[in-house]
Amino acid sequence: MTKNPVRRFNWTPGLIVGIVLLGAMALVGIIAPFLLSDSANALGDRSLPPSAEHLLGTDQSGHDMFARSLVATRLTLMMTLGATAIAVLIGIVIGTSVWLLPRRGREISLRVIDTMVAFPGLLLALVVAAILGAGAIPAVIAIGFAGIPTFARLTANLAAQVSQREYVSTARLLGVGDRRIVTDHMLPNMAEPLFVLAASNFAQSLTAISALSFVGLGVQSPQYDYGKLLNEALPSLLAGRPEQTVGPAVLIVITGLAAMLLGDGLAAAADPRAGRRTASLGIRRSATGAAASSASVSGDAMVVVDNLVISTTAGKPLVKGISFHINRGEIVGIVGESGSGKSLTAMSVARLLPEGLDATANSMGLDNLDLLGRVDPKVLAQTLSLIYQDPGSTFNPALKMGTQLTEVLRTHRGQSRSVARKTILEALRRVRMTLPEKRMGQHPHELSGGMRQRAMIAAAMATSPSLIIADEPTTALDVTVQAEILREIKRLNRDFSTAVMFISHDIGVVKALCDRVLVMNGGEIVEEIDAKLLTVENATHPYTKALLAATPSVTERLAELPVLDWRTAAAEQAATAKEEEVAR
Amino acid sequence: MTTSTSVAVAPGGDQPASAPRQTARRSPWLDFAARRFGGLVGTFAVLVVLSFLIVQLIPGDPAVALAGSDATTTEIELLRTRLGLDLPLWQQFLNFVTNLLQGDLGTSFQYNQPVATIIGNRLPFTAYIALVGIVVVLVVAIPLGMFIGVQTRGGRKRWLDTLFGAITGFLDSVPGYVMATIMVILFALGIGLLPLFPPAYSVRVGSAAFILPIAALVIGPICTISRVVRRETGVVLENDYIRTARGWRLSTVVLYLKYALPNLLTTTLTLSGLILSGMLGGALIIESVFALPGLGTGIIKAILDRDFPVIQGMVLVLGMIAALVNLLVDILLGLIDSRTLGAQHD
Amino acid sequence: MSDNMMEVRDLVVQFGSGSQAVTVLKGVSASVGIGRTVGLVGESGSGKSTLAKALVGTVRPTSGSITIGGVDTATLTRGDRASMRRRVQMIPQDPYSSLDPRRTIGQAIAEAIDPKRPDVKKHRETILEWLRTVRMPEDTIDRYPHEFSGGQRQRVAIARGLVLRPEFVVADEITSALDVSVQAEILNLVARLRQELNLSMLFISHNLAVVRHVSDDVIVLYQGEIVEQGPAEQVYSDPQHPYTRSLLDSVPGAPGFSID
Repeated sequence: MTKNPVRRFNWTPGLIVGIVLLGAMALVGIIAPFLLSDSANALGDRSLPPSAEHLLGTDQSGHDMFARSLVATRLTLMMTLGATAIAVLIGIVIGTSVWLLPRRGREISLRVIDTMVAFPGLLLALVVAAILGAGAIPAVIAIGFAGIPTFARLTANLAAQVSQREYVSTARLLGVGDRRIVTDHMLPNMAEPLFVLAASNFAQSLTAISALSFVGLGVQSPQYDYGKLLNEALPSLLAGRPEQTVGPAVLIVITGLAAMLLGDGLAAAADPRAGRRTASLGIRRSATGAAASSASVSGDAMVVVDNLVISTTAGKPLVKGISFHINRGEIVGIVGESGSGKSLTAMSVARLLPEGLDATANSMGLDNLDLLGRVDPKVLAQTLSLIYQDPGSTFNPALKMGTQLTEVLRTHRGQSRSVARKTILEALRRVRMTLPEKRMGQHPHELSGGMRQRAMIAAAMATSPSLIIADEPTTALDVTVQAEILREIKRLNRDFSTAVMFISHDIGVVKALCDRVLVMNGGEIVEEIDAKLLTVENATHPYTKALLAATPSVTERLAELPVLDWRTAAAEQAATAKEEEVAR
Repeated sequence: MTTSTSVAVAPGGDQPASAPRQTARRSPWLDFAARRFGGLVGTFAVLVVLSFLIVQLIPGDPAVALAGSDATTTEIELLRTRLGLDLPLWQQFLNFVTNLLQGDLGTSFQYNQPVATIIGNRLPFTAYIALVGIVVVLVVAIPLGMFIGVQTRGGRKRWLDTLFGAITGFLDSVPGYVMATIMVILFALGIGLLPLFPPAYSVRVGSAAFILPIAALVIGPICTISRVVRRETGVVLENDYIRTARGWRLSTVVLYLKYALPNLLTTTLTLSGLILSGMLGGALIIESVFALPGLGTGIIKAILDRDFPVIQGMVLVLGMIAALVNLLVDILLGLIDSRTLGAQHD
Repeated sequence: MSDNMMEVRDLVVQFGSGSQAVTVLKGVSASVGIGRTVGLVGESGSGKSTLAKALVGTVRPTSGSITIGGVDTATLTRGDRASMRRRVQMIPQDPYSSLDPRRTIGQAIAEAIDPKRPDVKKHRETILEWLRTVRMPEDTIDRYPHEFSGGQRQRVAIARGLVLRPEFVVADEITSALDVSVQAEILNLVARLRQELNLSMLFISHNLAVVRHVSDDVIVLYQGEIVEQGPAEQVYSDPQHPYTRSLLDSVPGAPGFSID
């Protein structure tokens, strides 16, 4: 049975070029000394300019630079591989072992590694060179050692991330031993990033070893690598003959470039986010005009959405042409499971569609604002307010609460800092926030989830908006806090006639809070129903019935939760409806 | 029916997530300063031990290695006594440290000058190149990376993304000394625009002779860091709090500068800290191309001459410079976001 | 021999030390009868996750005793601990991260059977049998987690948790990350398996309706202390402690719920 790859491997052109180049360099490294050693070491006329016979000229001793540069490849690559091997192998061992130590030992080791990482690698290499003297082997050891702290640190970071994944703690719970945890779970999940790091280390080692040879501390005569050749070319350069530097300089750059392309290519191939994304076009008016208008809308409608279609830029439909309206002062709930399209619908109306999606509609209006056309940001910010699901990430961690909460008042209403602050403080008191003055000066992470949601609601209400779009605002909260938040929303709706578009996957919440409910599934609105009628008996669409039936109740316990096959029932219902349509 | 709000227990989920323990209100900066000062002292101690060990770790008999291959036995023994290599290890270390604390870094074998003087003469050149280089990198790379990041977010202007990636990628693979060589070819020789080799020891810090070395030093790091910034801009812009700010319909300028930039800078500086202190190493090598009389050429010459007092002194000084650069980056980070002051050096 | 599968007495769990100490469980005493399912409800900060971890041995109690199957867990040696693992299993919450993306489903289940020497070939029959039990197709054994939905992965997690036929299972928020329809299927599956295997279970959830559906008895945890416990019917219809009452009144659809 073939092993399915974890992800499809993304062959970018950069990756291919990198592999090809490195392969070519390796080939040159292996073959060149056999073929070209003679030309490389034969003494000829000195310091000749480039010609047909000597493509890159000759150096001060009369060696042919073209041949010499190519022959130098082998030594350079071998030294680089040696240094990389030292850094990678020892670095990985140290990095992984640190995470198997008990907590105290781990912390101390990480601090030690950190201090060593802060030490410039080249300096460490110079110290080793000072101890061991100049030469090729000391240079390899020096650069290898210099690379260990960084590799160990990066490995330790990776190991930290992976060891905190749930599958590792689950494996531990099952009784898997430490060694097996490392070999079976940690290393395979670290392999890809480590390989990328190794490629980057290869590029850096190449540069560093050539640097040492360049200043005379690395390879010594009669051996020569790229750096040594560059070192020999320096006097010629200063005497006005730069041709001698071309060979080694070009080869250093090519090899470094190849290693970098390989590293970046591997990183891109592994990153699921690196997929091709084309820029979205935002929300536009649909070309078909008023073709598929829904049933007539009452005059009290404040929000009107007609034939909203949302799809990915690749064409996959996510919301398949829905139409609905919200009356002034009404609380409308949109309920559905994941993938139903409810959040996307809300974000479309808010004109906050995420990247990578296109949307069209016949019309979309809020009050007298045309949401498909140009809207004055000042007006929109004060007419429409938003409350989001995850209070943990909704606020900017770098700014204080006060700054963020007063942003809309100061920017769009022109209120001064002190006036805006007073308004928000009052709003915070209205939502029953404890110690409001203190909260204004705190950062988001100092508040709990419930407090952050209250702050969000306070800011949302401060502009007396006509509509609030609430996207799963209580999903991440405890049930008692949820009740408080729902109470707030209901009160604000009652006291200020603010309309609310309430998105949720919890049909119980929606039923308790909303006046009217839209049930979405697979990008379509399958039912539009009065909240009071949201029961298995009164719902009309099979999906709604199934959803209600599958929801456990806190008031009674069933032997088994019915899992109804609503799709067949829905298809039958649609077929019957069509027949009736035809019969008329 | 009203629910009783006067429930005796406080509703759960309303406790602050981190429940910060209000210890005595000490400024985080004071804690930071105390900790980092301790860190610097610790780094100094480690460097002292390291420099001391350089001579001790020489394979074989240090006195033989230092005296040279054709020294006679008497000469070797004289050298051994002169360097104090015949004393027990702890006493050698004690002498080393006592001298150090009195400001005596020893005398150069090669030049018979106090090491402190040699270092004092050479330090300004290296420090100038490294520090000016770091400032240039930050001032250029961050706005550049952010600009590209904003322009290419969400797949826009794919051509710009590819072009930027290609150019920075290519320039990044050219090591500093190769870049220096190229610049010499292009500017000093080809156009003859910039003065290349004023007579050694008459170069004044800040003269035009520093343009090429600094340019050669900064190009690589500018490319590396601007790529980091570009990637981080993409990441930051996808965060929820940016969506919140968009929901508040804030102008693009405010959005990027006030909401995105602080978070961007925090991650960027954390990642770039190592690159910046690594520029010190780059500066040391580039000096060789331009024969600048700095610590780089100094230490290389000392290693080739096996002039150990000079090597030890320079390792100490260079190590402290690196530690200071890291400290400066952390201070900068602390100014942007005071929460990082409490963090361990990550 | 008592007819309790699991018993905790005055369990205290404290993290950190000195002035930084946080007491998460402040002396909890409870029990789960053999073949019974006890639901554990509590909000954030109640300590229910910590209790789960203490039961499976991830967290060491500061004081108090835990007795499982008549054996006091504090007296276990290393070797005993391994055999205890075969009697107590946990089904984790997150179906998306509890399976290693680089191991096949078969390997994941084999690892549960023999953690020292996971061997898919050797235990193939057992694995296939369990996949059938949780209504997953046979070819699942060679496929990778990313090929399956959340609900399917949770079925695999259940199979992995039950493959050793443990006597006591801790189910930690196993349906919290699932859609309602998928949740219903999983709950029905768990109910069936409970009966067939005569499992004793501690079912942890913040969702009061789910807990009611699943449990014979209920324990209400608040800030590290048990404020109420008893048969589910009783606790839900006639709660005694004010916190339990406020908790139940907060659930939309409950008789005491009101937001007007």
